[in-house]
Amino acid sequence: MNMKQTLVVIGNGMVGQNFLAGLVASNANDRYRIVTFCEEPRAAYDRVHLSEYFSGKTAADLSLVADGFFAEHGIEIYLGDRAASIDRERKQVTSANGVVVAYDKLVLATGSYPFVPPVPGHERPQCLVYRTIEDLEAMKTAAAKSKVGVVIGGGLLGLEAAKALKDLGLYTHVVEFAPRLMAVQLDDGGGAMLKRKIEALDVKVHLNKNTTLIDDGSECLHKMNFADGETLETDIVLFSAGIRPRDDIARGCGLEVGPRGGIVIDNQCRTSDADIYAIGECALWNGQIFGLVAPGYAMARTVVADLAEEAGSFTGADMSTKLKLMGVDVASIGDAHARTQGAMVYTYQNGASEIYKRLVVSQDQKRLLGAVLVGEASAYSTLLQYCLNGIELPENPDSLILPQLAGEPAGLGPDALPASAQICSCYDVSKGQICGAIEAGCTTLGGLKAETKAGTGCGGCSALLKSVLDCELTKLGVEVSTDICEHFPHTRQDLYNLVMVEEIKTFDELLDKHGKGLGCEVCKQAVGSILASYWNDYILKKEHIGLQDTNDIFLANMQKDGTYSVVPRVAGGEITPDMLIAIGQVGKKYQLYTKITGGQRVDLFGARVEQLPAIWQELIDAGFESGHAYGKSLRTVKSCVGSTWCRYGVDDSVGLAIELENRYKGLRAPHKIKFGVSGCTRECAEAQGKDIGVIATENGWNLYVCGNGGMKPRHADLFATNLDKETLIKYIDRVLIFYVRTANRMQRTSVWMDNMEGGLEYLKSVVIEDRLGIGAQLEEQMLHVVDTYQCEWKTTLADEQRLKRFRHFVNSDQADDNVVFVEERGQVRPANAQERKHFKLIEEAA
Amino acid sequence: MSTWIEVCHIDDLQADSGVCALVKGKQVAIFYLPRRDAVYAIGNFDPFSGANVLSRGMIGDIGGEPMVASPMYKQHFHLRTGVCFEDANVSVPAYPVRLENGRVAVLPAPLSSQQKSPSLAVCEME
Repeated sequence: MNMKQTLVVIGNGMVGQNFLAGLVASNANDRYRIVTFCEEPRAAYDRVHLSEYFSGKTAADLSLVADGFFAEHGIEIYLGDRAASIDRERKQVTSANGVVVAYDKLVLATGSYPFVPPVPGHERPQCLVYRTIEDLEAMKTAAAKSKVGVVIGGGLLGLEAAKALKDLGLYTHVVEFAPRLMAVQLDDGGGAMLKRKIEALDVKVHLNKNTTLIDDGSECLHKMNFADGETLETDIVLFSAGIRPRDDIARGCGLEVGPRGGIVIDNQCRTSDADIYAIGECALWNGQIFGLVAPGYAMARTVVADLAEEAGSFTGADMSTKLKLMGVDVASIGDAHARTQGAMVYTYQNGASEIYKRLVVSQDQKRLLGAVLVGEASAYSTLLQYCLNGIELPENPDSLILPQLAGEPAGLGPDALPASAQICSCYDVSKGQICGAIEAGCTTLGGLKAETKAGTGCGGCSALLKSVLDCELTKLGVEVSTDICEHFPHTRQDLYNLVMVEEIKTFDELLDKHGKGLGCEVCKQAVGSILASYWNDYILKKEHIGLQDTNDIFLANMQKDGTYSVVPRVAGGEITPDMLIAIGQVGKKYQLYTKITGGQRVDLFGARVEQLPAIWQELIDAGFESGHAYGKSLRTVKSCVGSTWCRYGVDDSVGLAIELENRYKGLRAPHKIKFGVSGCTRECAEAQGKDIGVIATENGWNLYVCGNGGMKPRHADLFATNLDKETLIKYIDRVLIFYVRTANRMQRTSVWMDNMEGGLEYLKSVVIEDRLGIGAQLEEQMLHVVDTYQCEWKTTLADEQRLKRFRHFVNSDQADDNVVFVEERGQVRPANAQERKHFKLIEEAA
Repeated sequence: MSTWIEVCHIDDLQADSGVCALVKGKQVAIFYLPRRDAVYAIGNFDPFSGANVLSRGMIGDIGGEPMVASPMYKQHFHLRTGVCFEDANVSVPAYPVRLENGRVAVLPAPLSSQQKSPSLAVCEME
């Protein structure tokens, strides 16, 4: 007998999905059979990052639903079927397609719709809205035959939409009814600074404009007519004039709605019918609609708690926001407009740097009421904590927005925050939860993110997260030593800077000046790599040889029995039959075990140290060069066959892969680096699992960074889109050298990224916007490495002295008798312990 | 009683690194630290991996004690005594080594544990 009650959820948007995910993870999961209706043809996706659909993300990338989620949890979903009506008497929902489902509990997560002002002409073709992926597809189709686009509405969403139009290559205008941009969140000063910055990006902003009519244009499809008599011609009109709650289904069944729309809910998110809840943008709480996703999630949590019979209530939400609009940092906190009785205001304005900051404080100047930040928003998390937790302000509150003088500690120490303080608003993680995770053994920023999810949403809190971590570790008595080892009181990054600034060329010089003792394998290898990437000397020079690991010394990879494997470079995986034959001949002659690697080349195993020079002489004579499989350096650039042969290929991935491999071969780095280049979005080269991934599109190359396979796979982040080759190479140059300079030793790019304060956005700002002003320097360093490349095997073979090392004994030509092979599947392999015993017996008997 | 066996010239050694010598059928790893003006000799066989590779490890010090890190699984061994830093129950033989007229000689009788006092284990040069 089925004791389960039926729970119906209407709407599978961000909040609806968040509710489902919360519910199946809760105690209430077993009590309900869950049915959900989704009007759109696809399940929930990330509307907050919708504009990224135009900068290369696909609908699949934006999806918020893990593969198999509905099936795994037994949730029945009706995709592309709108719930049309509710019969509260019979407690059943009827869909547009005629599906009827009886419910015990019902959750309305119907969201909102874009408000289109009733301007005459608003129904003309190419007059669009911006909310769903279908809307975006309509924009894309329209943009293909358009030159000019206008967004009506200069709010948060409108500016996002303007970015989308800009990304589509249109000449873009923003038309706003109010006298400033983002009228809800910003004051006049902040709005003016934002306008200036956005206009610098080639988006024209028109304020105080009331559109009265849209009719035929002469140059463009439409002419917009404004109340002040002015006109503006455009091919596309995009309405982004606010949202309205989708409450029609609630009205239809007689639930209470607000005078201006919105389904009325109480603190448990119950509507006027106790068995029906409403959450997200369709809900009206205390006369307020919340048009942000975080309050919607908070409502979802409340309903989950209520269904699980746990305590929980929705008591309003903080509407503070921080975002990046077309690369401009904008933040608004609390009472930004100073509407509180007696509020006092501080402002800081820097015209040259285009920064505006405003602080709203209580009459006694003890509490922060609100703030506005434009152009520079690093103080956001500190200010938000002051505001949300009612922390007493410092004596001079303006010190919080004035530029920091060198050496002065910035902002608020994490100790001042109560355990209940919310650190990450995206995932609602409190300081208490973070401290708990640290006590349970999470001692790195990356680990903390993985454990608590804090800092993995917008990333805005990662600096604060880091300071909580450092502070807690210190309190726990964990010494937070970032020294590379006992020989240098410095991090790898410090050592890199010392080498650059003092032009240090050898380990001994660095040790004498900044270290102690003899060094060890940790600092020696790190410094060896630093020197190699900065000066790019031959790594086996006398003064560098002690810094190299055995693989680098013998320019081959040591295997379990002390023999080595040999990997010649096969750039891009492209190889002629003659070259293949040459590898085969070498393998055969020296009886090497051969295997194809994951990096599209051939590995030859079982070479004794004394065989290496002869093997390499033959390979070099055949036209090969070192593959650097032994180095912490660029390994391979994997490619698919690309447009040259493939029916679907969009561009020449093999050609680009070869060019990239030849450019970056030999670059020494904190860890190995792998690339991939795919000729189309089918992604056969698996570029998104590489440190650097490149995917061809019809408009150029998309660049992905910091992915990796291995023990902990990480999907690469989309870094920049539709690049020409020159820009692509410029960005890769900068990313790689920045990595080489700033990563810890043995840190792959993925971990480097996960531990970087500010994450992807920060890396973009350094590489694309050149915020540190070091772009040219980074490129120059890469150019030096490229220009001074040498095949290490060629150099070694030409040096008698060096070749002396390639023997097992310094005083004998004998081979190591401990190396024993047996045959398996037609090739050699090292003998195992059992087999060795067996051979020993035979030897002794003879 | 063993006698000193000459193995090579000082120039055949590798500064801040190691070489392997065949001494009376035994594989001996010899390390040269110019910074300490010292030469050390220990067995070449790495007990953790079962391969003859210690001469190819990187050298340096831990807390001032000269050491080699196995190139295979990175355990550290005292160059003076052959004892493993990570597990004092594991050790490799340590041999007396000396330098005379630029020639390197090894005494192919390992130091007994009693003799494993630092001053005997090495030839600290002038």
